[in-house]
Amino acid sequence: MRTLPMAMAVLLAATVSSCVTINIYFPAAAAEKAADKIIDEVWQLKKQGDAPAPAKPDEQK
Amino acid sequence: MYSQIFRLWMLVALLWVPFLAFAAADLEINTPAIGSLKMTMQQRHDQLAGHYASGAVGLTRDGLIAMRDAALVPLAQRQAVNGLVAAENQDRRALYREIARANGHPEWEEEIRTTFAQRWVQKAASGWWYQNQSGAWVRK
Repeated sequence: MRTLPMAMAVLLAATVSSCVTINIYFPAAAAEKAADKIIDEVWQLKKQGDAPAPAKPDEQK
Repeated sequence: MYSQIFRLWMLVALLWVPFLAFAAADLEINTPAIGSLKMTMQQRHDQLAGHYASGAVGLTRDGLIAMRDAALVPLAQRQAVNGLVAAENQDRRALYREIARANGHPEWEEEIRTTFAQRWVQKAASGWWYQNQSGAWVRK
């Protein structure tokens, strides 16, 4: 009867520690995504149609 | 009774997991400092694009740019292009530093710079020059 809470406690501990891990180690994939977004803007690589829209709605995350 | 409360508490705790995962998925890049750096770099790019294409200016392996072949720039313009390169590098350094700081990890600056170095090259137009890992200039 006590195995379920134990299992959940272990799961929670694992989850929490993995979240901490993500924040300590460099998030390479997120950095790549951020870099791509900035480079697209600086070099104006992504043309959103022909309308001159400097504030793109999908950029507001 | 105890185990029911415990289970409920666990359920509430687990409900936060997707939120935490989402929060960790993106780097913060929407700060005023980063925004204004992006804007000045975007404006400067109009002046630099021709020099990337001619091969006068190339992308360095450390995420900056450099005058690769000054002879490709008319003498009268050379100083102005050097100024552009210096200003661009100053902004790029500030950009990498700001992204690291905006995410609460100033020590990430070098890794962010390395990431950018690869992505600039990846997104460069063909014909542009970049430095490979050993520092040699390569035409894309």
